Amino acid sequence: MKKIVHKHPLAIRWFHWINFPVIAVMIWSGLLIYWANDIYKVRIGGKEIIHFFPDSFYKAFHIPYRLAEGMAYHFVFMWLFFINGLLYVLYTILSREWKYLLPNRRSFKEAWFVLLHDLKIRKTAPPQTKYNAAQRIAYSAIIVMGFGSIITGLSIYKPIQFGWLTTICGGYETARVEHFILTIGYCVFFLIHIVQVAIAGWNNFQAMITGFEIHATDTTKQDQATSITPNS
Amino acid sequence: MKEEFLSHQKIYQRPVLAFSIFMVAITGAMIIWLWIQHQEKDSPMSGGIAKSLRKGLSVNQELFSATFSSSNLAKTYPKSQAVKSVRVNGDVGMGDDFDASKWMLHLVKTNGDTLSITMDDIKKLPKTEEVFDFKCIEGWSQKTWWGGVKFSDFVHYFHLENETALKYVGLETPDEEYYVGIDMPSIMHPQTLLCYEMNGKPLPMNQGYPLRLIIPVKYGIKHLKRIGTIYFSNNQPADYWAERGYDYYAGH
Repeated sequence: MKKIVHKHPLAIRWFHWINFPVIAVMIWSGLLIYWANDIYKVRIGGKEIIHFFPDSFYKAFHIPYRLAEGMAYHFVFMWLFFINGLLYVLYTILSREWKYLLPNRRSFKEAWFVLLHDLKIRKTAPPQTKYNAAQRIAYSAIIVMGFGSIITGLSIYKPIQFGWLTTICGGYETARVEHFILTIGYCVFFLIHIVQVAIAGWNNFQAMITGFEIHATDTTKQDQATSITPNS
Repeated sequence: MKEEFLSHQKIYQRPVLAFSIFMVAITGAMIIWLWIQHQEKDSPMSGGIAKSLRKGLSVNQELFSATFSSSNLAKTYPKSQAVKSVRVNGDVGMGDDFDASKWMLHLVKTNGDTLSITMDDIKKLPKTEEVFDFKCIEGWSQKTWWGGVKFSDFVHYFHLENETALKYVGLETPDEEYYVGIDMPSIMHPQTLLCYEMNGKPLPMNQGYPLRLIIPVKYGIKHLKRIGTIYFSNNQPADYWAERGYDYYAGH
Protein backbone atom coordinates (compact mmCIF):
# COMPACT_ATOMS: atom_id res chain seq x y z
CA MET A 1 0.00 0.00 0.00
CA LYS A 2 1.10 3.53 -0.77
CA LYS A 3 0.09 6.83 0.73
CA ILE A 4 -0.27 10.35 -0.58
CA VAL A 5 1.14 13.32 1.29
CA HIS A 6 -0.64 16.59 0.55
CA LYS A 7 1.80 19.35 -0.30
CA HIS A 8 0.51 22.21 -2.48
CA PRO A 9 -3.05 23.50 -1.98
CA LEU A 10 -5.12 23.85 -5.16
CA ALA A 11 -5.07 27.68 -5.04
CA ILE A 12 -1.28 27.80 -4.93
CA ARG A 13 -1.01 25.44 -7.88
CA TRP A 14 -3.30 27.71 -9.91
CA PHE A 15 -1.39 30.86 -8.91
CA HIS A 16 1.89 29.16 -9.80
CA TRP A 17 0.84 27.98 -13.26
CA ILE A 18 -1.02 31.18 -14.17
CA ASN A 19 2.02 33.21 -13.19
CA PHE A 20 4.31 31.24 -15.49
CA PRO A 21 2.83 32.30 -18.88
CA VAL A 22 1.90 35.77 -17.57
CA ILE A 23 5.44 36.56 -16.47
CA ALA A 24 6.75 35.12 -19.73
CA VAL A 25 4.56 37.59 -21.66
CA MET A 26 5.68 40.43 -19.36
CA ILE A 27 9.39 39.67 -19.91
CA TRP A 28 8.95 39.23 -23.66
CA SER A 29 6.89 42.43 -24.10
CA GLY A 30 9.33 44.22 -21.78
CA LEU A 31 12.12 43.24 -24.17
CA LEU A 32 10.18 44.68 -27.12
CA ILE A 33 10.00 47.97 -25.18
CA TYR A 34 13.57 47.91 -23.87
CA TRP A 35 14.97 47.40 -27.40
CA ALA A 36 13.89 50.96 -28.37
CA ASN A 37 16.44 52.40 -25.93
CA ASP A 38 18.80 49.55 -25.09
CA ILE A 39 21.42 51.49 -23.17
CA TYR A 40 22.31 49.16 -20.28
CA LYS A 41 25.79 47.71 -20.15
CA VAL A 42 28.06 46.11 -17.60
CA ARG A 43 31.52 47.69 -17.58
CA ILE A 44 34.48 46.59 -15.54
CA GLY A 45 37.47 48.91 -15.54
CA GLY A 46 36.14 50.86 -18.51
CA LYS A 47 35.84 47.67 -20.53
CA GLU A 48 32.42 46.62 -21.76
CA ILE A 49 31.72 43.10 -20.50
CA ILE A 50 28.04 42.66 -21.36
CA HIS A 51 25.71 44.73 -23.52
CA PHE A 52 22.00 44.18 -22.92
CA PHE A 53 21.48 42.87 -25.52
CA PRO A 54 23.59 41.78 -28.51
CA ASP A 55 22.00 42.07 -31.97
CA SER A 56 22.13 38.30 -32.40
CA PHE A 57 19.94 37.93 -29.30
CA TYR A 58 17.36 40.40 -30.63
CA LYS A 59 17.35 38.70 -34.00
CA ALA A 60 16.94 35.23 -32.50
CA PHE A 61 13.85 36.31 -30.55
CA HIS A 62 12.43 38.56 -33.29
CA ILE A 63 12.54 41.65 -31.03
CA PRO A 64 13.35 44.73 -33.21
CA TYR A 65 10.78 47.37 -34.26
CA ARG A 66 7.92 46.09 -32.13
CA LEU A 67 7.72 48.85 -29.50
CA ALA A 68 4.02 49.61 -29.99
CA GLU A 69 3.10 45.93 -29.76
CA GLY A 70 5.33 45.50 -26.70
CA MET A 71 3.70 48.38 -24.87
CA ALA A 72 0.21 47.13 -25.70
CA TYR A 73 0.91 43.63 -24.33
CA HIS A 74 2.82 44.97 -21.32
CA PHE A 75 0.09 47.36 -20.20
CA VAL A 76 -2.66 44.77 -20.58
CA PHE A 77 -0.90 41.74 -19.07
CA MET A 78 0.40 43.85 -16.17
CA TRP A 79 -3.09 43.54 -14.68
CA LEU A 80 -2.94 39.73 -14.71
CA PHE A 81 0.52 39.82 -13.12
CA PHE A 82 -0.69 42.23 -10.44
CA ILE A 83 -4.01 40.51 -9.66
CA ASN A 84 -2.51 37.00 -9.62
CA GLY A 85 0.30 38.16 -7.34
CA LEU A 86 -2.08 39.98 -5.03
CA LEU A 87 -4.39 36.97 -4.73
CA TYR A 88 -1.41 34.71 -4.03
CA VAL A 89 -0.21 36.93 -1.19
CA LEU A 90 -3.72 37.21 0.27
CA TYR A 91 -4.16 33.44 0.03
CA THR A 92 -0.87 32.66 1.78
CA ILE A 93 -1.85 35.00 4.61
CA LEU A 94 -5.43 33.76 5.04
CA SER A 95 -4.59 30.04 4.69
CA ARG A 96 -1.57 30.44 6.97
CA GLU A 97 0.63 28.91 4.24
CA TRP A 98 2.99 31.80 4.98
CA LYS A 99 4.25 29.75 7.93
CA TYR A 100 5.97 27.39 5.48
CA LEU A 101 7.11 30.20 3.19
CA LEU A 102 8.55 33.02 5.26
CA PRO A 103 12.15 32.69 6.45
CA ASN A 104 12.55 32.38 10.22
CA ARG A 105 15.43 33.14 12.56
CA ARG A 106 17.36 30.01 11.58
CA SER A 107 16.73 30.25 7.84
CA PHE A 108 19.63 32.47 6.89
CA LYS A 109 22.19 30.21 8.57
CA GLU A 110 20.49 27.04 7.38
CA ALA A 111 20.24 28.28 3.81
CA TRP A 112 24.02 28.22 3.72
CA PHE A 113 24.04 24.56 4.75
CA VAL A 114 21.37 23.80 2.15
CA LEU A 115 23.58 25.40 -0.48
CA LEU A 116 26.62 23.39 0.63
CA HIS A 117 24.48 20.24 0.63
CA ASP A 118 23.14 20.96 -2.87
CA LEU A 119 26.68 21.50 -4.10
CA LYS A 120 27.61 18.12 -2.57
CA ILE A 121 30.12 19.74 -0.19
CA ARG A 122 28.12 18.89 2.93
CA LYS A 123 26.60 15.45 3.49
CA THR A 124 23.48 16.34 5.46
CA ALA A 125 20.81 18.95 4.93
CA PRO A 126 19.19 20.75 7.85
CA PRO A 127 15.76 19.40 8.90
CA GLN A 128 12.86 21.09 7.16
CA THR A 129 9.10 21.13 6.77
CA LYS A 130 7.50 21.82 3.36
CA TYR A 131 10.32 24.06 2.16
CA ASN A 132 13.95 24.23 3.15
CA ALA A 133 15.63 27.41 4.34
CA ALA A 134 16.98 28.35 0.91
CA GLN A 135 13.55 27.88 -0.61
CA ARG A 136 11.93 30.02 2.08
CA ILE A 137 14.32 32.84 1.27
CA ALA A 138 13.96 32.46 -2.51
CA TYR A 139 10.15 32.20 -2.50
CA SER A 140 9.82 35.20 -0.19
CA ALA A 141 12.36 37.25 -2.14
CA ILE A 142 10.47 36.64 -5.39
CA ILE A 143 7.35 38.18 -3.83
CA VAL A 144 9.35 41.22 -2.70
CA MET A 145 10.73 41.43 -6.25
CA GLY A 146 7.22 41.25 -7.71
CA PHE A 147 6.18 44.09 -5.45
CA GLY A 148 9.30 45.98 -6.60
CA SER A 149 8.39 45.45 -10.25
CA ILE A 150 4.94 46.91 -9.67
CA ILE A 151 6.33 49.95 -7.81
CA THR A 152 9.15 50.65 -10.29
CA GLY A 153 6.81 49.91 -13.20
CA LEU A 154 4.20 52.38 -11.98
CA SER A 155 7.00 54.92 -11.45
CA ILE A 156 7.91 54.74 -15.14
CA TYR A 157 4.33 54.38 -16.38
CA LYS A 158 2.85 57.38 -14.51
CA PRO A 159 5.81 59.47 -13.29
CA ILE A 160 3.69 62.59 -12.74
CA GLN A 161 0.44 61.27 -11.26
CA PHE A 162 2.46 58.86 -9.10
CA GLY A 163 5.43 61.22 -8.81
CA TRP A 164 5.93 60.38 -5.15
CA LEU A 165 6.57 56.75 -6.13
CA THR A 166 9.08 57.87 -8.76
CA THR A 167 10.84 59.91 -6.08
CA ILE A 168 10.96 56.88 -3.74
CA CYS A 169 12.52 54.84 -6.56
CA GLY A 170 15.22 57.50 -7.03
CA GLY A 171 13.82 59.22 -10.13
CA TYR A 172 12.51 58.25 -13.55
CA GLU A 173 15.68 56.87 -15.10
CA THR A 174 16.74 55.06 -11.92
CA ALA A 175 13.32 53.41 -11.71
CA ARG A 176 13.80 52.12 -15.26
CA VAL A 177 17.16 50.58 -14.31
CA GLU A 178 15.62 48.97 -11.22
CA HIS A 179 12.73 47.62 -13.27
CA PHE A 180 15.27 46.08 -15.67
CA ILE A 181 17.45 44.56 -12.93
CA LEU A 182 14.41 42.95 -11.31
CA THR A 183 13.59 41.32 -14.65
CA ILE A 184 17.12 39.92 -14.91
CA GLY A 185 16.51 38.66 -11.36
CA TYR A 186 13.42 36.71 -12.51
CA CYS A 187 15.43 35.10 -15.27
CA VAL A 188 18.12 34.01 -12.79
CA PHE A 189 15.43 32.71 -10.41
CA PHE A 190 13.82 30.82 -13.27
CA LEU A 191 17.07 29.11 -14.30
CA ILE A 192 17.91 27.99 -10.76
CA HIS A 193 14.30 26.90 -10.18
CA ILE A 194 14.30 24.73 -13.33
CA VAL A 195 17.61 23.07 -12.39
CA GLN A 196 16.45 22.40 -8.83
CA VAL A 197 13.12 20.97 -9.97
CA ALA A 198 14.92 18.72 -12.45
CA ILE A 199 17.26 17.47 -9.72
CA ALA A 200 14.45 16.97 -7.19
CA GLY A 201 12.73 14.61 -9.59
CA TRP A 202 9.31 13.63 -10.84
CA ASN A 203 7.49 13.07 -7.55
CA ASN A 204 8.30 16.63 -6.46
CA PHE A 205 7.44 18.15 -9.85
CA GLN A 206 4.11 16.40 -10.27
CA ALA A 207 3.09 17.63 -6.80
CA MET A 208 2.77 21.13 -8.29
CA ILE A 209 0.13 19.65 -10.61
CA THR A 210 -1.59 17.03 -8.46
CA GLY A 211 -1.03 18.67 -5.08
CA PHE A 212 0.48 15.61 -3.40
CA GLU A 213 3.48 13.36 -3.39
CA ILE A 214 3.21 9.62 -3.42
CA HIS A 215 5.22 7.76 -0.82
CA ALA A 216 5.64 4.09 -0.08
CA THR A 217 4.31 3.25 3.37
CA ASP A 218 6.61 1.44 5.72
CA THR A 219 4.50 -0.13 8.46
CA THR A 220 7.49 -0.63 10.73
CA LYS A 221 8.32 3.06 10.71
CA GLN A 222 4.87 4.63 10.95
CA ASP A 223 6.04 7.42 13.21
CA GLN A 224 8.46 8.70 10.57
CA ALA A 225 5.73 9.07 8.02
CA THR A 226 5.41 12.78 8.66
CA SER A 227 8.95 13.56 7.54
CA ILE A 228 9.02 14.69 3.97
CA THR A 229 11.64 14.15 1.36
CA PRO A 230 13.66 17.16 0.25
CA ASN A 231 11.87 19.05 -2.43
CA SER A 232 11.88 22.08 -4.60
CA MET B 1 1.14 17.95 6.23
CA LYS B 2 -1.96 15.85 5.76
CA GLU B 3 -1.60 12.27 4.65
CA GLU B 4 -4.04 9.80 3.18
CA PHE B 5 -3.65 6.07 2.88
CA LEU B 6 -5.32 4.92 -0.30
CA SER B 7 -5.66 1.80 -2.35
CA HIS B 8 -3.23 1.34 -5.21
CA GLN B 9 -5.97 2.04 -7.74
CA LYS B 10 -7.08 5.33 -6.19
CA ILE B 11 -3.56 6.61 -5.86
CA TYR B 12 -3.15 6.39 -9.63
CA GLN B 13 -6.60 7.75 -10.48
CA ARG B 14 -6.05 11.10 -8.85
CA PRO B 15 -2.95 12.17 -10.80
CA VAL B 16 -4.69 11.20 -14.07
CA LEU B 17 -7.50 13.63 -13.25
CA ALA B 18 -5.07 16.39 -12.17
CA PHE B 19 -2.96 16.01 -15.31
CA SER B 20 -6.04 16.07 -17.51
CA ILE B 21 -7.14 19.36 -16.00
CA PHE B 22 -3.59 20.66 -16.39
CA MET B 23 -3.56 19.79 -20.09
CA VAL B 24 -6.95 21.44 -20.59
CA ALA B 25 -5.60 24.60 -18.91
CA ILE B 26 -2.51 24.65 -21.14
CA THR B 27 -4.70 24.20 -24.21
CA GLY B 28 -6.95 27.02 -23.01
CA ALA B 29 -3.99 29.36 -22.53
CA MET B 30 -2.70 28.55 -26.01
CA ILE B 31 -6.11 29.19 -27.55
CA ILE B 32 -6.29 32.60 -25.84
CA TRP B 33 -2.78 33.42 -27.08
CA LEU B 34 -3.50 32.41 -30.67
CA TRP B 35 -6.82 34.26 -30.54
CA ILE B 36 -5.01 37.51 -29.63
CA GLN B 37 -2.34 36.88 -32.27
CA HIS B 38 -4.80 36.27 -35.08
CA GLN B 39 -7.33 38.88 -34.14
CA GLU B 40 -8.25 41.65 -36.50
CA LYS B 41 -5.96 44.65 -36.06
CA ASP B 42 -7.34 47.99 -34.87
CA SER B 43 -5.84 49.78 -37.84
CA PRO B 44 -5.21 48.78 -41.46
CA MET B 45 -1.64 50.10 -41.17
CA SER B 46 1.26 47.83 -40.41
CA GLY B 47 2.02 48.10 -36.72
CA GLY B 48 -1.62 48.10 -35.72
CA ILE B 49 -2.41 46.06 -32.61
CA ALA B 50 -5.00 43.39 -31.82
CA LYS B 51 -8.44 44.77 -31.02
CA SER B 52 -8.54 43.18 -27.56
CA LEU B 53 -5.23 44.89 -26.65
CA ARG B 54 -6.60 48.23 -27.88
CA LYS B 55 -9.64 47.62 -25.69
CA GLY B 56 -7.28 47.01 -22.75
CA LEU B 57 -5.47 50.29 -23.40
CA SER B 58 -8.83 52.11 -23.48
CA VAL B 59 -9.72 50.60 -20.11
CA ASN B 60 -6.35 51.81 -18.78
CA GLN B 61 -7.18 55.28 -20.12
CA GLU B 62 -10.48 55.26 -18.21
CA LEU B 63 -8.81 54.05 -15.02
CA PHE B 64 -5.83 56.37 -15.09
CA SER B 65 -7.95 59.37 -16.12
CA ALA B 66 -9.58 58.88 -12.75
CA THR B 67 -6.24 59.24 -10.96
CA PHE B 68 -5.33 62.32 -13.07
CA SER B 69 -5.11 65.55 -11.15
CA SER B 70 -3.98 68.86 -12.62
CA SER B 71 -2.42 69.68 -9.26
CA ASN B 72 0.13 66.89 -9.82
CA LEU B 73 2.97 68.64 -11.59
CA ALA B 74 5.92 67.37 -13.57
CA LYS B 75 9.12 67.90 -11.62
CA THR B 76 10.88 71.06 -12.80
CA TYR B 77 14.58 71.93 -12.76
CA PRO B 78 16.75 75.06 -12.82
CA LYS B 79 17.56 76.35 -16.32
CA SER B 80 21.23 75.49 -15.76
CA GLN B 81 20.31 71.79 -15.82
CA ALA B 82 18.66 71.95 -19.25
CA VAL B 83 20.57 70.20 -22.04
CA LYS B 84 22.18 72.39 -24.72
CA SER B 85 21.69 69.96 -27.54
CA VAL B 86 18.05 68.93 -27.64
CA ARG B 87 17.32 65.67 -29.38
CA VAL B 88 15.32 65.82 -32.62
CA ASN B 89 13.44 62.55 -32.96
CA GLY B 90 10.95 63.06 -35.76
CA ASP B 91 10.35 65.16 -38.87
CA VAL B 92 6.84 64.12 -39.93
CA GLY B 93 4.89 67.29 -40.68
CA MET B 94 8.11 69.34 -40.94
CA GLY B 95 8.05 69.63 -44.75
CA ASP B 96 10.68 71.81 -46.45
CA ASP B 97 8.06 73.79 -48.34
CA PHE B 98 6.84 75.55 -45.18
CA ASP B 99 6.53 79.34 -45.56
CA ALA B 100 6.98 80.81 -42.10
CA SER B 101 6.02 84.34 -43.23
CA LYS B 102 2.49 83.17 -44.07
CA TRP B 103 1.99 81.14 -40.90
CA MET B 104 -1.06 81.74 -38.74
CA LEU B 105 -2.64 79.56 -36.10
CA HIS B 106 -6.08 78.41 -37.20
CA LEU B 107 -8.45 77.82 -34.35
CA VAL B 108 -11.74 76.14 -35.23
CA LYS B 109 -14.54 77.06 -32.87
CA THR B 110 -17.59 74.92 -32.17
CA ASN B 111 -19.88 77.39 -33.99
CA GLY B 112 -17.88 76.78 -37.18
CA ASP B 113 -15.90 80.04 -37.08
CA THR B 114 -12.16 79.84 -37.56
CA LEU B 115 -9.93 82.32 -35.77
CA SER B 116 -6.65 83.15 -37.46
CA ILE B 117 -4.16 84.05 -34.79
CA THR B 118 -0.76 85.58 -35.40
CA MET B 119 2.42 85.04 -33.43
CA ASP B 120 2.16 88.63 -32.14
CA ASP B 121 -1.29 87.90 -30.67
CA ILE B 122 0.11 84.89 -28.85
CA LYS B 123 3.18 86.73 -27.54
CA LYS B 124 0.91 89.35 -25.95
CA LEU B 125 -0.14 86.73 -23.41
CA PRO B 126 1.95 86.12 -20.28
CA LYS B 127 5.02 83.99 -20.97
CA THR B 128 5.73 80.87 -18.92
CA GLU B 129 9.08 79.08 -18.91
CA GLU B 130 9.71 75.58 -17.64
CA VAL B 131 12.50 73.02 -17.54
CA PHE B 132 11.18 69.47 -17.26
CA ASP B 133 12.14 65.93 -18.08
CA PHE B 134 10.91 65.39 -21.66
CA LYS B 135 10.09 61.68 -21.93
CA CYS B 136 10.08 59.70 -25.12
CA ILE B 137 7.98 56.58 -25.53
CA GLU B 138 11.20 54.85 -26.65
CA GLY B 139 12.49 55.04 -23.08
CA TRP B 140 14.90 57.99 -23.06
CA SER B 141 14.39 61.35 -21.40
CA GLN B 142 16.03 64.78 -21.49
CA LYS B 143 15.79 67.84 -19.26
CA THR B 144 14.72 70.57 -21.66
CA TRP B 145 13.88 74.28 -21.32
CA TRP B 146 10.81 75.69 -23.07
CA GLY B 147 8.99 79.04 -23.12
CA GLY B 148 5.50 79.95 -24.26
CA VAL B 149 1.92 80.59 -23.32
CA LYS B 150 -0.03 78.32 -21.01
CA PHE B 151 -2.76 76.64 -23.03
CA SER B 152 -5.19 77.40 -20.19
CA ASP B 153 -4.33 81.14 -20.42
CA PHE B 154 -4.70 81.02 -24.18
CA VAL B 155 -8.23 79.52 -24.17
CA HIS B 156 -9.26 81.93 -21.45
CA TYR B 157 -8.04 84.94 -23.47
CA PHE B 158 -9.93 83.81 -26.57
CA HIS B 159 -13.10 82.97 -24.57
CA LEU B 160 -13.19 79.33 -25.56
CA GLU B 161 -15.44 78.16 -22.71
CA ASN B 162 -17.81 76.31 -25.09
CA GLU B 163 -14.84 74.57 -26.66
CA THR B 164 -13.12 73.48 -23.44
CA ALA B 165 -16.40 71.95 -22.25
CA LEU B 166 -15.80 69.22 -24.87
CA LYS B 167 -13.74 66.08 -24.24
CA TYR B 168 -10.84 66.38 -26.69
CA VAL B 169 -8.56 68.78 -28.52
CA GLY B 170 -7.12 67.95 -31.93
CA LEU B 171 -3.94 69.55 -33.31
CA GLU B 172 -2.49 69.31 -36.82
CA THR B 173 0.63 70.49 -38.60
CA PRO B 174 0.05 72.99 -41.45
CA ASP B 175 0.65 70.21 -44.01
CA GLU B 176 -1.72 67.87 -42.04
CA GLU B 177 0.94 65.14 -42.08
CA TYR B 178 1.17 64.90 -38.29
CA TYR B 179 -1.80 65.13 -35.97
CA VAL B 180 -2.58 64.36 -32.34
CA GLY B 181 -5.63 64.11 -30.12
CA ILE B 182 -5.48 65.06 -26.46
CA ASP B 183 -8.00 64.74 -23.65
CA MET B 184 -9.19 68.05 -22.22
CA PRO B 185 -7.86 67.64 -18.63
CA SER B 186 -4.34 67.01 -19.96
CA ILE B 187 -4.24 69.97 -22.34
CA MET B 188 -5.66 72.23 -19.58
CA HIS B 189 -2.92 71.07 -17.19
CA PRO B 190 -1.05 74.17 -15.90
CA GLN B 191 2.26 73.02 -17.44
CA THR B 192 0.89 72.59 -20.98
CA LEU B 193 2.32 75.30 -23.26
CA LEU B 194 1.84 76.70 -26.72
CA CYS B 195 5.57 76.99 -26.99
CA TYR B 196 7.62 79.42 -29.13
CA GLU B 197 10.98 79.34 -27.36
CA MET B 198 13.58 76.70 -26.58
CA ASN B 199 16.63 77.42 -24.41
CA GLY B 200 15.60 81.12 -24.31
CA LYS B 201 15.64 81.50 -28.12
CA PRO B 202 12.96 81.18 -30.81
CA LEU B 203 12.19 77.56 -31.67
CA PRO B 204 14.53 76.08 -34.29
CA MET B 205 12.86 74.91 -37.51
CA ASN B 206 13.34 71.24 -36.64
CA GLN B 207 11.70 71.80 -33.23
CA GLY B 208 8.52 73.09 -34.87
CA TYR B 209 9.06 76.81 -35.54
CA PRO B 210 7.12 78.99 -34.98
CA LEU B 211 4.76 77.34 -32.45
CA ARG B 212 4.63 73.83 -30.98
CA LEU B 213 2.90 72.01 -28.17
CA ILE B 214 4.72 71.20 -24.93
CA ILE B 215 2.67 68.93 -22.71
CA PRO B 216 4.72 67.43 -19.85
CA VAL B 217 1.90 65.09 -18.76
CA LYS B 218 2.28 63.20 -22.07
CA TYR B 219 4.98 61.28 -23.92
CA GLY B 220 6.90 63.12 -26.66
CA ILE B 221 4.67 61.70 -29.41
CA LYS B 222 1.92 64.11 -28.29
CA HIS B 223 4.15 67.23 -28.27
CA LEU B 224 3.16 68.20 -31.82
CA LYS B 225 5.66 70.43 -33.61
CA ARG B 226 4.51 73.36 -35.80
CA ILE B 227 0.84 73.73 -34.93
CA GLY B 228 -1.29 74.67 -37.94
CA THR B 229 -4.80 74.00 -36.70
CA ILE B 230 -6.43 73.46 -33.32
CA TYR B 231 -9.97 72.08 -33.05
CA PHE B 232 -12.23 70.71 -30.33
CA SER B 233 -14.43 67.60 -30.29
CA ASN B 234 -16.31 65.14 -28.14
CA ASN B 235 -14.97 62.30 -30.29
CA GLN B 236 -11.35 61.22 -30.20
CA PRO B 237 -9.52 63.20 -32.89
CA ALA B 238 -7.28 61.26 -35.28
CA ASP B 239 -3.85 60.57 -33.81
CA TYR B 240 -0.79 59.77 -35.90
CA TRP B 241 0.89 57.30 -33.53
CA ALA B 242 -2.30 55.76 -32.18
CA GLU B 243 -3.00 54.74 -35.80
CA ARG B 244 0.37 52.99 -35.71
CA GLY B 245 -0.44 50.87 -32.66
CA TYR B 246 0.55 53.19 -29.80
CA ASP B 247 -1.53 54.05 -26.77
CA TYR B 248 -3.92 56.92 -27.51
CA TYR B 249 -3.72 58.34 -24.00
CA ALA B 250 0.10 58.12 -23.72
CA GLY B 251 -0.10 60.07 -20.47
CA HIS B 252 1.94 60.31 -17.33
